[in-house]
Amino acid sequence: MTGRTHAPLPLRAASVLVAAILGLPAIYLIVRNFTEGSDPGGLLLSRRVLDPLWRTMQLAVLVSLSAAIIGTSTAWLTTRTDIPLKRTLRTLLPLPLVYPTFIGAAALVRTLNPGGIVNDALTGIGIDRTPQLDGLLGAWLVLTLFTYPYVHLPVAARMTTLPGSIEQSALLLGDSALTVFRRIVLPQVARSITAGTLLVFLYTISDFGAVSILRYDTLTRAIDTNLGVFNEAVALALSLILLLLAGIVVAAERNVHRSTPDQPPARSLMTATAPLGRWRLPAFGGIVFLLLNALGAPMLALIEWSVRGLERSAAGGRSLTVTGGDVIEVTGNTFGVSLLSAIAAVLAVLPIAILVGRYRTRIGTVGHAVVISTFALPGILIALAARFWVLDSPDIIFNALNDSRFLLIFGYVIRFAALAMGTTLLAVHAVPPRLRDAAHTLGADGRRRLRSIDIPIMTPGLLAASGLVLLSTMKELPITLILAPIGFQTLATKIFGSFSESFVAEAGLMALVLVALSFIAAWFLIVRNHEAR
Amino acid sequence: MLGTLYKRKMVPYSRRMHKILTPLLALTLLATACGSDTVVAPTDDAETTAASADNGLGELAATIHNGACVEDSGNAVTIYSGRSEDLVQPVLDAFECATGISTSVKYGDPTELAFALEQEGDRTPADIFLSKSPGAVGFLSNEGLLAPLSDEVLGLVDTQNSAADGEWVGVTGRKRVLVYNVDAVAEADLPTSVFELTEAEYSGRVALPVNNGSFLDWFTVFRATEGDDVATQWLADMANNDPIITESNRPTVDAVGRGEFDFGLVNHYYNFQEIEAIGEDHRALNHDFATDDIGSLLIITAAAKTASSANPESAEQLISYLLSAEAQTYFTQETLEYPLADGVAAADVLPALDQGINDFDVDFDSLGDGLQRTVEIIEASGING
Repeated sequence: MTGRTHAPLPLRAASVLVAAILGLPAIYLIVRNFTEGSDPGGLLLSRRVLDPLWRTMQLAVLVSLSAAIIGTSTAWLTTRTDIPLKRTLRTLLPLPLVYPTFIGAAALVRTLNPGGIVNDALTGIGIDRTPQLDGLLGAWLVLTLFTYPYVHLPVAARMTTLPGSIEQSALLLGDSALTVFRRIVLPQVARSITAGTLLVFLYTISDFGAVSILRYDTLTRAIDTNLGVFNEAVALALSLILLLLAGIVVAAERNVHRSTPDQPPARSLMTATAPLGRWRLPAFGGIVFLLLNALGAPMLALIEWSVRGLERSAAGGRSLTVTGGDVIEVTGNTFGVSLLSAIAAVLAVLPIAILVGRYRTRIGTVGHAVVISTFALPGILIALAARFWVLDSPDIIFNALNDSRFLLIFGYVIRFAALAMGTTLLAVHAVPPRLRDAAHTLGADGRRRLRSIDIPIMTPGLLAASGLVLLSTMKELPITLILAPIGFQTLATKIFGSFSESFVAEAGLMALVLVALSFIAAWFLIVRNHEAR
Repeated sequence: MLGTLYKRKMVPYSRRMHKILTPLLALTLLATACGSDTVVAPTDDAETTAASADNGLGELAATIHNGACVEDSGNAVTIYSGRSEDLVQPVLDAFECATGISTSVKYGDPTELAFALEQEGDRTPADIFLSKSPGAVGFLSNEGLLAPLSDEVLGLVDTQNSAADGEWVGVTGRKRVLVYNVDAVAEADLPTSVFELTEAEYSGRVALPVNNGSFLDWFTVFRATEGDDVATQWLADMANNDPIITESNRPTVDAVGRGEFDFGLVNHYYNFQEIEAIGEDHRALNHDFATDDIGSLLIITAAAKTASSANPESAEQLISYLLSAEAQTYFTQETLEYPLADGVAAADVLPALDQGINDFDVDFDSLGDGLQRTVEIIEASGING
C-alpha cells in the first residue's frame, strides 16, 4: 500500500455507487422490517430464533475451520511442491464448487449413506461403520467438501505470485518442506486464507440446499420455511438477524486482516518447489481421497441416475422428458448469463479494490465490507429485494428491467461480487507502484499507464476473479427461479424442476453437463490462466 | 503489450482445447442422441409415428394430440407453473398444436410464484396459475387476485374438487400414503390408520415433511375433518414419538428406499417415480391406510385464472384442455397421478380410490384461511425441534 491519500474523484464516485447498489438488499431488509411490522428484536430473544442461530454458528465455525485447513493444504501442495499430476489436480480441485448443493448433497447422500453404492460396497467388504451423513456432522462434512475451493482458489492464486528465493534458501539450508511451509509460506498467505475462510463462513450461513437435505435446522432453513407459508414478516426479521451476524463476522475479519503482515507480492519467474520426500505419495493419496468424496461420490449418483434413465428409455420404458435440443439451449443460456455476470462482477468490484489496494480511504473500507457481507444473504432474499425495487419503480424503469436478463444478471452480481473481491485485490496489488511512478515520471498519462501497465499486469488476476463468479453463477438457483425472464431456463432451474418431482435421470444428465461445462471454465480461467504468467 | 500477451496465449489454447472439447462434444452428442431417440424411436404403431411427424410434437406430446396442428391464432397465454416442466410441458405443447394459442411459462416453486403474483398485482404478466397443492391458490384467492372460472370448466370435475366461489379447479390428484422400506417392515405389520403411527412401535421410525406444502394442506383438511382437538393431539403425540423431520417428499422417499429410516408420510406419486427411475433397487413401496382414514386423503393439484388476465378466453381454453380426456389420460398414464375429470380412468398401477375417499366431503376452501392456523399449530407442537 502506498501512502497516497487522495484518490481520484471518479474512482471514489464509482465506489460509492457500487456500494450503494450492493447495499440495496440490506436496505430492503431494514425498510421491510419496519413496514411489515415484524419484530427482529423480540424474535431474537425467542427460542425459535436462538436455537437455529446457535446451530448456524456451530456449523459455520466448524466448516470454516475444516475448509481453511483443507483449502490451504491443497493450494500449497499443488503450487509449491513436487506432488505428482499437479496440473490435473489443479483443474479438478476447484470443481466441487459447481454442484448446486440441493442436488450435490442429495447425490452425496445417495452414494455414501445406507443403501448407497459405496456404502453397500464397503459393507460388502466388511466395513459397516461409515458415518451416517445427517444433522450437524453430515452438514459439516458435506459443506466442507463443497466449500473448501473458496479457500483453495485465492490461496493458490496468491502462492503462485510469491517469490521462491527465500524458500529456496531455506531448503538449501536443510529445512524440511513442512518447516518451510509453516515458517515462510504461511505468513505470506495468511490474508488470503482469512479472506477465503470468511467466504466459506458466509456461504455456510446462507446455504439452504445442503442443510435441508441433511436435516440440520439453520436460520436459512427457518427463513425458507416461513416464506413457504407466506409468513413474510418472520422471514424478514430472521434475514436481518442473519445480515447482522454477517456484519459482525466481516468486521472481525477486518481486525485479523489488519494484524497480519502485508507483503507486496512480486511476480517471480522462479518459484520454489519443495520436495515432499516420503510424504509425496501420502499427500497425493490425501488429495485423491478428498476428490473422490467431493467430486467423485456425487458424480457416481448422477451417473447412476442417468444411466438407469437411458437404459429404461432404450428398453421401451418412459422416454426422457428432456431432448438434446433442450440441453443445448439451456446450456447456452446458463453460460451466457454467467459469463456476463462474471465480467460485470469484476468491473463492479474493481473501483473498490483499487481504493482499498492503493489508497487509504474510508469509502474503500466501507465499500469492501458491504460487498463482502452481502455474500451472507440467501439468494432468495436478494431476488425478493430486486423484485421489490423494480415493482415499486415508475413505469419507465419497470418496463426496462422487469422480466429482463439484465435484472437477472444484476441479481447475480449482487450475490457473487464478494467472490471477485479477493482475487481482484490481489491483481491490484500485483502492479508494482514503482513501475507506475516510473511511467508517470517519464510522462505517460493516465490512459497510457492504464493501457501499458495496469491492464496487462492485472488481466490474469481479473480473469481468475471472474472464474470464481462464473462457476458460482452457473449453479445458482433461487435468484434464477425468481428473476429469470418468462421462458428463460438455466441448467440449475431445469435440474431443480426435474429433481424435485423425482425425474432423477433427467436431473442427473443435466447435472453432468453442468459439471462438464464448469470443468472447461475452471481450466481456462483458473488453471490455464495461472500458468500463462 | 496486450497484443503480445494475447498472441502468446492463443497458441496453446487451441491445441489444448481438443483435450477438453472432445469429451464435451461427446457428451453433447450423447445427450443429443438420447434426445432425438425420444423423438424418432421406432414404434409399432405406424399411425402414431406418422402423426408425430405431421405435427412435429415430441413423443409425449404426440400421445396427447395426434392430429395436424391448427394455424397460429395470434393468441397467447402466460403461465406461472408451480408444477414441474417434466409434467406439464408436453400438455402445453399439445395445447399449442391443438388450438393455435401460444404459451410461455415461468416454472418454479408454487409458493414462490404465488408470492411473486401477489407482489406484481395488476402488473403481473400471468394469465394462469398452476399449483402442486391447493394452499397456494387459496392464498391468491384470498388476496382477490383470481377470477372465477366459467361453469363449463367447473363442471368438468366433481364439485368437491373445485373452489366454492369458482376461482380454481382441481386438475389431478395425489393420494396421501405411508411409504415403507420393504426390507425393514413386513407387509402384515403395516398400520391401517395414520393414528397408529403415534404408538411406541413407530418411535424414531417415521419421517414427516411437516413444513412441506402437501403436508400442510393435508393437515389443514385433517383439522377440518376431525376437529382441531383431535388433529392437534395427533401432532403432539407424533412430536413425542421421535419423528424424523424431512424437507419434502422426494428426499423422504429416497431415504426410505435406501433404508435410512423405515416409514415416511408422503404423497403417492414420488415412490412410483423413483421405481420408474431406478427400478427394484429402490427398496420402498407405498402403503394405503384404510380408505376412510384421513391418512388416505387425495391432495389435488389446481389451476386458476388471474383477475388481471388480458386473455381470459384463451386462459379458460387452456384450463379446460388440462381437463380434456387426452390430457387427463396423459397425466394418469405418464405421470401416474389420479385424473379428476369425470369419465377418465386412473392408470392400472394406481390403487383404486374407493368411493369412501369421496365421503370426506372436504371443503378445500378452508385451506387458504386454514393454512396460517395450521402453521401456528405446527410451530406450537414443537415438532420442528
